[in-house]
Amino acid sequence: MALSVSIEKKLGDFRLAVALETDGAPLGLLGASGSGKSVTLQCIAGTMRPDKGRIVLNGRVLFDSERRICLPPQKRNVGYLFQQYALFPNMTVEQNIFAGVRSGSRAEKRAVVQTALRTYQLTEVAKQYPKTLSGGQQQRTALARILVGKPELLLLDEPFSALDSFLKGQLMWELQNVLASYSGDVLFVSHARDEIRLFCPRVSVLNDGRSEPIAAIETLLTAPQTVSAARLAGYRNIFPLQRINAQQAHLPPLSLTLSLPETDGAAACCIPDAALSVVAPDTQGAIRCEVRGALYTDEKRLLQLHPSDAPEDALLCLCTADTPDGCADSGIWITIDETKVFSLKM
Amino acid sequence: MDWFPLLNSLRIALLATLIVFFIGIFAAYYVARLPRILKGVLDVFLTLPLVLPPTVVGYLLLRLLGPKRPVGMLLSDLFGMRLTMNWQSAIIATAVVIFPLLYRTARGAFESFDETLADAARTLGKSNAYVFWRIRMPYCRQGILAGTVLAFARALGEYGATSMIAGYTPSRTATISTTVYQLWRTNDDALALKWVFVNIAISAVVLLVMNLLERRQRLGGRRA
Repeated sequence: MALSVSIEKKLGDFRLAVALETDGAPLGLLGASGSGKSVTLQCIAGTMRPDKGRIVLNGRVLFDSERRICLPPQKRNVGYLFQQYALFPNMTVEQNIFAGVRSGSRAEKRAVVQTALRTYQLTEVAKQYPKTLSGGQQQRTALARILVGKPELLLLDEPFSALDSFLKGQLMWELQNVLASYSGDVLFVSHARDEIRLFCPRVSVLNDGRSEPIAAIETLLTAPQTVSAARLAGYRNIFPLQRINAQQAHLPPLSLTLSLPETDGAAACCIPDAALSVVAPDTQGAIRCEVRGALYTDEKRLLQLHPSDAPEDALLCLCTADTPDGCADSGIWITIDETKVFSLKM
Repeated sequence: MDWFPLLNSLRIALLATLIVFFIGIFAAYYVARLPRILKGVLDVFLTLPLVLPPTVVGYLLLRLLGPKRPVGMLLSDLFGMRLTMNWQSAIIATAVVIFPLLYRTARGAFESFDETLADAARTLGKSNAYVFWRIRMPYCRQGILAGTVLAFARALGEYGATSMIAGYTPSRTATISTTVYQLWRTNDDALALKWVFVNIAISAVVLLVMNLLERRQRLGGRRA
């Protein structure tokens, strides 16, 4: 089972260039809003036509610009879960699912629908219209409607974006069950790394229309390679760097020089939380910072620090469990563990 | 009292609405998906009868369909058809006048359609015909229905273009509106008043139906 995508598309000023390959396990596509996630899915589903490239699903050519092949969406057998589910408002739950059954006599189709209603716990609301359903029921209806057609590929477009966190928690379990019993390929699109992490062992980052090489999700989270990947992985404190020599680099925004071994194409670096530690005042080699702001998250504090020797608008973000009291007035001293700082490509 | 004008008005309005229903929806559907400039130009052309005085529409139609004009001559040579001064010609005049009402409401309805629904249906394997008849049309039904009733109401009241192209011949081309004018002109005030009341009654019923449709649409919208 495999999907292989290599496409280009121009939309106004926006350029999409995506190369993906699945290997049976769900593949995540992580990108900020406006990075081209939905356009990519639409090109694969066939509701939008790429300018150039090739899309092959399980050996079947869906699109090939050179051979002038472009299968209509009806013939691609690709299930597309839209962000807002796109249930037909004029049809009941039952009729919506019926619309997804692709083959069989009318009686056979009915039987498939009845089974799906039971599987997705929708029997009770079978005669209701979509707008009377809860968010969870809507998503189950949309999934049932897609999966009764036995698609070879399932595209999930931000399946949790429209939901509050309680409902999201519930639907994550449901989606996990659905994916466990689904044998085709899955492409999961999201802007949230924690959603992707739950479902996809491998992930590709989409950065302003360009897809980055597929990596294991753990690699992305612990050792991102590019600035956009680091941002999407949740890292703060990403700064451009100027190389001084093979061993040292200068960070202009902080007026700080760090010892950072040279790597290919490095244009920025990240100072992760693990590299920062709060030390006693006036410790040798520590950087004095004033606290410009503080936010309280679950059990930690997020501090916005301004190194005293740095340019006026320089800011460092520190996530810490133990901040000394009174630091807001007297400032805070930190050290940077340079071995934990890592380089990033643009 | 001779009820012919009522019957004639109703059949002209019904047939004109029926013709415009299909052509108007067809035009709305295709114009809604045209590129912007072409859409703007076509839109002006197709909406023009709404703002032109009906007499101007009648004049233009006479220039086009009159027995000595090219189209009129062609049709009379080929099929022996006459397109002026009979009740059927009033259908053409009425259809042209009411066309913009249906076209514009239908286009508004089509433009408010959520295209992801069509995309979803196509990825589920549904044909374009299915998308149009089972999803797009039901979604836009209220708007199109309201436009149809409005067009029918306007068709019943058509006077200017009809009187120019079909004239007033008792028991042949007389409609309610031309009859009222004729009766007033010949000082038959009592009968004119009767027809006025008939006209008001029909129009009130039609508007009532339209309000009910719009109310249902609003209620439907609130539930969403």
